[in-house]
Amino acid sequence: MEPIVIDGTPKTPTIKFDALQGIFEIKGRSIPENSVEFYKPLVDWLENYKDSPLAKTVVNVRLEYFNTSSSKCILDVFKKLEAIHKAKNDVEVNWFYEEDDEDMLEAGEDYESIIRVPFKMIEIAE
Amino acid sequence: MSFDVENYFSELAGGNSILYYRGNIDSDLINKVLDAVEEKMVKGKEQSKLRKRVYNVLVESLQNLYHHVDKAPEDFDDQTSEKFGMVAINKIERGYKILTGNFILSENIGKLEEKIKRINRSSHEEITELYKFILNHQRISPKGGGGLGLVDIARKTGNKLEYSFKKYNDEFSFFYLNILISENN
Repeated sequence: MEPIVIDGTPKTPTIKFDALQGIFEIKGRSIPENSVEFYKPLVDWLENYKDSPLAKTVVNVRLEYFNTSSSKCILDVFKKLEAIHKAKNDVEVNWFYEEDDEDMLEAGEDYESIIRVPFKMIEIAE
Repeated sequence: MSFDVENYFSELAGGNSILYYRGNIDSDLINKVLDAVEEKMVKGKEQSKLRKRVYNVLVESLQNLYHHVDKAPEDFDDQTSEKFGMVAINKIERGYKILTGNFILSENIGKLEEKIKRINRSSHEEITELYKFILNHQRISPKGGGGLGLVDIARKTGNKLEYSFKKYNDEFSFFYLNILISENN
């Protein structure tokens, strides 16, 4: 499966989903007006990956900002991962947040409470 | 004569805003406002927690305008703006205020006001639960909004939403929203 790589912009995050290594990264800002347009290819890609996932998939989320319309799309991404996990594959989400950013920590905890996939909250220095 | 929107809004803004804008709210404008305010906050050496909160709330306020404003009335002086809105950002002692104004069809007031009232009578815990419920159960609307903007603003600021609806003519009203982001919440 071809990896999906998208360079970041001031309003959309950097994406690196590598199916050969099972490492998926979302990094930067996610504040587009039309978030569905941005996330749909990712969700579609994950739908394909779901058919033959690696035994272990690690997802690294390092977001600085995201808007509420992205929050729903990010949930759709997590729901795909949840399905992979439910099919007895190892999936782990590393949710990174800057040390004083309790809003970002809370956002990670929101997802953790909705999605049945193990989350690790990782504090990073600014 | 219809009620003077410009005058009303600029008086509420108070004349010493760090940013004041009236006109079309498009994607470019949103970028420019975000960049300008972020730069001012960095230069003003605001603590990063407040800076991030103001930025987040500003994104939601501007995108609320972008997704939800109703077209301006036909007798209004600005007919070129497809999405007419007004924005003022004020630096106050220990925080910021974000003020927005836009036209709304009076028939749409009920639904919006009900939503704001629900948010304003909810505790922080209830707002968090409401946020998670909408996140998990509501789809993105055809207008592109997720229905989460105001809930997110209230959650992040911890403050009540101050607002008013002023009648413009038989069909339209002007919706004013005043969001307080305080340093120590």
